[in-house]
Amino acid sequence: MLEIKGLKLTLNGHPILRGINLEVKKGEIHTILGLNGAGKSSLAYCLMGSEGYKPQEGKIRFLGNDITNLSISQRARRGLTLAWQESARFEGLLAREYLSLGMKNREDSKRVTHALELVALNPKEFLNRAVNKTLSGGERKRIELASVIAMRPKLAILDEPDSGIDMLSLDDILNVIKSMRKEGSTIFLITHREEMASISDRVSLMCDGLIIKTGRPKEEMDYFKLHCKPCPTHKFPGKLKE
Amino acid sequence: MNDYENMVRAYRKAGGDPKVLRDPKCASLVVNKNRILGKRKIEGIRVFQAEELPKGVKITLITQKGYRIEKPVYLCFGILPKRGLQEIYVDVKIADGSSITLIAHCTFPNAVKIKHVMSAEFRIGKGAFLGYHETHYHGERGGAEVIPQGKIYIDKGGRLDTSFTLIKGKVGKLRIDYEARAKEKAVAELVVKVYGKGDDDIRIKEKAILDGPYAKSLIKARVAVKDRAKTMAIGITEGNAPFSRGHVDCIEIVQGKAQAKALPIVQVIDDRARVTHEAAIGSIDKKQLETVMARGLSKEEAIDVVVKGMLR
Repeated sequence: MLEIKGLKLTLNGHPILRGINLEVKKGEIHTILGLNGAGKSSLAYCLMGSEGYKPQEGKIRFLGNDITNLSISQRARRGLTLAWQESARFEGLLAREYLSLGMKNREDSKRVTHALELVALNPKEFLNRAVNKTLSGGERKRIELASVIAMRPKLAILDEPDSGIDMLSLDDILNVIKSMRKEGSTIFLITHREEMASISDRVSLMCDGLIIKTGRPKEEMDYFKLHCKPCPTHKFPGKLKE
Repeated sequence: MNDYENMVRAYRKAGGDPKVLRDPKCASLVVNKNRILGKRKIEGIRVFQAEELPKGVKITLITQKGYRIEKPVYLCFGILPKRGLQEIYVDVKIADGSSITLIAHCTFPNAVKIKHVMSAEFRIGKGAFLGYHETHYHGERGGAEVIPQGKIYIDKGGRLDTSFTLIKGKVGKLRIDYEARAKEKAVAELVVKVYGKGDDDIRIKEKAILDGPYAKSLIKARVAVKDRAKTMAIGITEGNAPFSRGHVDCIEIVQGKAQAKALPIVQVIDDRARVTHEAAIGSIDKKQLETVMARGLSKEEAIDVVVKGMLR
């Protein structure tokens, strides 16, 4: 579904992505697991086509087509979307309106309600709440996920969906991600917490702008715990120490 | 179609619900230029007079002491012809302990050269409440000169909640000048939301004078300008009494060749008072735009979503 080949991104003279090669298969939950500063969010912005994140080298193919030079809107219309780690706040825009933005039929209120219920927000309380500063970090995060659910994209990039949400809610978030897959979305999950990767089909470890390993969740989570977390440099030396 | 029907039609375009003008439980007033086309008074309003003047109308409204009027009073002002002058003089007294909300729709759908001047004085009694919400609807030509001016006096424990909204159509020239003076424990909230387009020239001045201890105010301006429109928003708050609290909050979004200025002026003459301000001017936040675009909307559609939300 998504093929990334030789993706390189340099920002202000600093190499951020140093040649990413990756494939995400249709229907899978594919997790990118890496420590802070590994380049995970930059990869997400690159994939979504965010301004200032145009790769200097490499190709992104989605559903067989080269989307490297397409705008955010064009990518989204092809079925790709991103749930941002730090979601924007909108004065005056109501949750029900925000959720319906990506829906083909914006009048489908059942779908909006369903999406809110899936992220454990009471529709009665949240449908008419503005997506503004009055929402807590966790509520805003849930609304971001709900808007992706309502959109039903072919591929959803979820950038640290657990950040800002307490540990008790972690299971809720994992269940939400599973529900998204059940509703037909392929999931590209970005996280720095290995426990988030437990629901994945495959996990890729990312360090210093490179994908260093891809494999089964258990193996990669163990590797991450043993080698990546204690690593003092957080810099991948170029080849794996087994 | 007679003038009343035309005004009602324009009222609907301005966002009003014509049913309320026929509702016997709602007070209302319909004015075209200087002609009074309809008026209804209800219980709780002691005086509701409207007098035709050569160039406009004079309106007097006084509430009954302690009476809380549940349903808003609907005011519909406008000029249907392409040219004309309308001067509206408003004298409102909200008696002690009473409460009322006035919802005014001003509509100038065919404006080519129109001047609409409102000069208002609102006196809010002790523990009384006044809501005054004015919404404008203009055509796309922008041939209007709109000058709303208001002086508001709020007695002890009284409350003012006012808003001015002009987001449909093109105005031309807009000069807003509101001043609220608050006594002890009085509260004043003044909100202006305007969308300037074409060659619109917008100047907003809102002032809160906190003369009484524990008086509070919020001045809020939300302005978006595009094309070659210009805007200047001046928010002034004076904290003159102990424990008075005021805040000035201005956001202006600029698109195309439009220009925006914001000037918050805060003054405190009592060391126990506190007045704060924040102002932000610039293009639409990139993160907001990209968030909306990631749901499949074009950049133009995304701008529309963000601006309309802010101006709501």
